[in-house]
Amino acid sequence: MTFPWFRGAGRKGDEAAGSESARITRRSNGLSELTRVLHTEESLHLLDLGPTSAQNITYLTGMGHGIHSEDVLLASCDPSLLVPGTDGKLVMDVDRFMAENLQYDPASFDAVLFWDTPDYMHADLVKPLVQRIHRILKPKGLLLGYFHTRDAGSDAPYHRYHIGTDDTLELQRIPPTAPGREEDRRYHHFRLQRVFNNRHIENLFHDYSSIKFFLGRDNIREVLVVR
Amino acid sequence: METSKPLDNCRADTAHIGKSVIVKGELSGSEDLYLDGEVEGVIELRGHSLVIGPNGRVRARIQARDIVIHGKVDGNVQAVERVELRKSAVVVGDILTRRIVIEDGAYFKGGIDAQKEAPKAEPVSAVAVQPAVPAPAPVSSTVIAAQALPVGAK
Repeated sequence: MTFPWFRGAGRKGDEAAGSESARITRRSNGLSELTRVLHTEESLHLLDLGPTSAQNITYLTGMGHGIHSEDVLLASCDPSLLVPGTDGKLVMDVDRFMAENLQYDPASFDAVLFWDTPDYMHADLVKPLVQRIHRILKPKGLLLGYFHTRDAGSDAPYHRYHIGTDDTLELQRIPPTAPGREEDRRYHHFRLQRVFNNRHIENLFHDYSSIKFFLGRDNIREVLVVR
Repeated sequence: METSKPLDNCRADTAHIGKSVIVKGELSGSEDLYLDGEVEGVIELRGHSLVIGPNGRVRARIQARDIVIHGKVDGNVQAVERVELRKSAVVVGDILTRRIVIEDGAYFKGGIDAQKEAPKAEPVSAVAVQPAVPAPAPVSSTVIAAQALPVGAK
């Protein structure tokens, strides 16, 4: 199964690309700022939009916070979301995606872990997703995101983000698909779709009250956005 | 109903529901249950363990003492002691428990409320003493425990 909107979709070697499940540890100033808040407040409601991470759940529930997990990128790969447009070409059914995902009451969460989802998401979904997050975040709520600063093309591997310590992340390449979990094969089709520059990011979070950038050495720009 | 099951918690005193069985309605009992079939409705095994096998497909609210999930669950899950999502698990719903273990590869969409253990009253006699904190579950290299610290440990 291929996902035609992904750059490099259908390339040979997709599975091999995921065979390295070793983790890369990197320091994260954005995470450090976020965890400083998490340590000072109690019983916060957090939303993790990456693939299910036992490590993140352990870390965050261990701090006494409640966590919701929803892998929106995986959800966006449902082939039935592609419907014929007016010109006959397949287009993303944005309305249906938004009706089926991120269905929470307004102001439900104190913080959202967005990771690098927008870099890999279908272009039509990025803006509505950010607007929805604005709705479900509490005022002064935080969003932590990561954006590539250099276009590594379709070869930029997709990683899962695990919280290591208060200021370190462990990036894990998606492991090979487990037997009986054919749906996970979708992870191996994720390819970097675009590179947002600072102006793009500021426009994307136009409705939010503030945004702070942290530039990493590994061509990743971290952003901590305040609702 | 099936007889031999290689998975954990499958002992002779465990009731089995095989993969060809479909149940619609309320499923309750006072013994451990291995469920590899399909259930739609409610599952209540207060004080007992539930294992949902790899072929199990559940659309139900679940309550039990311990719950181990290999299959697919759509509904809220509440366990007095512990919930385990094994690597083949696909769970959509909220989880309420004291301890949760999620194996790498499990899919989960929903909220987790890891309850803290209620404070224990002082034991009135030595005979009545129960361990205030259950022994930590063994954690293998592939299983990571996400556990709310018991009150006495903070």
